[in-house]
Amino acid sequence: AGFGNLMQDVLWCFSQVKGTIDIGVTEADIISTVEFNHTGELLATGDKGGRVVIFQREQESKNQPHRRGEYNVYSTFQSHEPEFDYLKSLEIEEKINKIRWLPQQNAAYFLLSTNDKTVKLWKVSERDKRPEGYNLKDEDGRLRDPSMITMLRVPVLRPMDLMVEATPRRVFANAHTYHINSISVNSDYETYMSADDLRINLWNFEITNQSFNIVDIKPANMEELTEVITAAEFHPHHCNTFVYSSSKGTIRLCDMRTSALCDRHAKFFEEPEDPSNRSFFSEIISSISDVKFSHSGRYIMTRDYLTVKVWDLNMENRPIETYQVHDYLRSKLCSLYENDCIFDKFECVWNGSDSVIMTGSYNNFFRMFDRNTKRDVTLEASRENSKPRAILKPRKVCVGGKRRKDEISVDSLDFSKKILHTAWHPSENIIAVAATNNLYIFQDKVN
Amino acid sequence: MFVRGLKRKCFDGEEDIEGTLAGIKAIPSYNLQRQSLLDMSLVKLQLCHMLVEPNLCRSVLIANTVRQIQEEMTQDGTWQMINTQSTGQASLDRLVSTDILCRSSREQAEGKHIPGYSTFNKDFEGDQAQGSSETMSTASSVQAPRNLQSNVWEMENPQENKGNFQKSLDQIFETLENKSPNSVEDLFSEVDNSYYDLDTMLTGMMSNTKTVHCDGLETFSSPTTATSNSNCKSDLNELDHIVEILVES
Repeated sequence: AGFGNLMQDVLWCFSQVKGTIDIGVTEADIISTVEFNHTGELLATGDKGGRVVIFQREQESKNQPHRRGEYNVYSTFQSHEPEFDYLKSLEIEEKINKIRWLPQQNAAYFLLSTNDKTVKLWKVSERDKRPEGYNLKDEDGRLRDPSMITMLRVPVLRPMDLMVEATPRRVFANAHTYHINSISVNSDYETYMSADDLRINLWNFEITNQSFNIVDIKPANMEELTEVITAAEFHPHHCNTFVYSSSKGTIRLCDMRTSALCDRHAKFFEEPEDPSNRSFFSEIISSISDVKFSHSGRYIMTRDYLTVKVWDLNMENRPIETYQVHDYLRSKLCSLYENDCIFDKFECVWNGSDSVIMTGSYNNFFRMFDRNTKRDVTLEASRENSKPRAILKPRKVCVGGKRRKDEISVDSLDFSKKILHTAWHPSENIIAVAATNNLYIFQDKVN
Repeated sequence: MFVRGLKRKCFDGEEDIEGTLAGIKAIPSYNLQRQSLLDMSLVKLQLCHMLVEPNLCRSVLIANTVRQIQEEMTQDGTWQMINTQSTGQASLDRLVSTDILCRSSREQAEGKHIPGYSTFNKDFEGDQAQGSSETMSTASSVQAPRNLQSNVWEMENPQENKGNFQKSLDQIFETLENKSPNSVEDLFSEVDNSYYDLDTMLTGMMSNTKTVHCDGLETFSSPTTATSNSNCKSDLNELDHIVEILVES
């Protein structure tokens, strides 16, 4: 049995794992979002406790060629705190739902982080020098007695230990009645959108006390509500175009030039239902949990409970590619409904060249699909495979009949170990996989 | 459990139900599965209301599933069969009590039109959102689940739902302590002492009954139920019968 190489010579190897190995997982440590920045130099994670941890890739050194730039902690800060909505008598969770980076425009890094209700713009900057030689205060900061000052000097900057500080630069609050599920930075770098279950708002980064409502699907009579917004994203190049997905498995593409309120879509993507597969769970498993534009902007990828689909923007009536993530769960939908797993929201990601797509599954498995070769692989994020540079062995789920030695049967899968969030470096074969409270980083093997 | 005593008295349609059930049993497993899916869905919807702020997407998907089941049951006649039984409104009662849990408090309406039961059935449109709406539990229609739906995500006023729930629980406790007025004692003369157990109360039977004679109990201003339990199917049948009796009186 070979390793079933994905692309011609890509073998995925373990690189690093972040997080504790404790048996009991503190809920606050559960990672809820993972995102590389635009250069791949930084990798941010958000967790249920409202914290953001940013890792920075170290410079590659010629002396140690196999340590291809490891990611080390760069900054940690508390982004959101739990809040209490007194009007509704409800708690607002501090869990970070999404992080999105802004492209770098100066020495500082900027990212957006959001919980259910509030989006924040954070500035992360370095300080490695400090001024010394003030006139009015001494080195400890105490004010000097002005009458004792007999001469003036110019303060000088002296090097200090690198300090990385994160400061909240903008807080975009009070614009969402429902829970925010997505944020997306526009290609104009001046605006961004935030989407909740029923509405999408457009913000200008400079203005926090106003936002434009661009999509509103709330029915006048809430009794008629049968569909919600599940994800939204701006087109990577066309600043007037965005898409949003729904709980009924549809995607709408909207053009902001047509009207202020984009209630009428420009394009409507929906695959006709397969009558042979119809069940009471059909709608639930068709609900789209994530939508992502390809880097090229020509395709969108959607994730529903059992599949990942790739759509061509020019063809609305069906996806051009459908990949089965874990079809063996189709016969278990009732149990998965009972234990709520059927509502798990898996994300999906493109690689830098849009040739491979990746998404997570249960038992800490994650799957990659090569769009060109049509081959796929299942890998596992686990401590057992965590020897440095150990090559990951493909995993296989046995559906019935005789289970082979290395296979795992469907009934042995651990549904509490779910990979919901993954990220792919923008240009290299480096992936970050969030497994509950641990972050795994895998790289392709250096030959 | 008080229902045990009453069962002996009142269950007229028992044999009819059994006969009908025998008919349904032609395809037992599918119907049973479907029923259990319906029960499960209703429990899930109620659970969302007990949590802090329910996940709207999940609630919508579950409610859509409930509606699908109900539509199919209507089409193949199972729903109708259940409806026509005089006291056998098992699943409807369950839905009704779910709705009682979910809906926002009437007294907090303050001029705001709360659809309540009003939209699903033309006959009831517009004029049902009254305080003495306990009679509605007998007037439940096939489309009661739609009402359930409306209140599952009336997040505009989730505080009403949550606050109402809390208030209703408080009222239950208060009423227990007050040694209820005579009307209650007459009714529940055969009641087991376990009636006043927390468990019994929280399975919704007690509150269902209390909603009926609201006039006798000033402490109760809104009908409540803590949880509707699918295991109380037959118990709810009895309750419904009691309700009918009291309403007529």
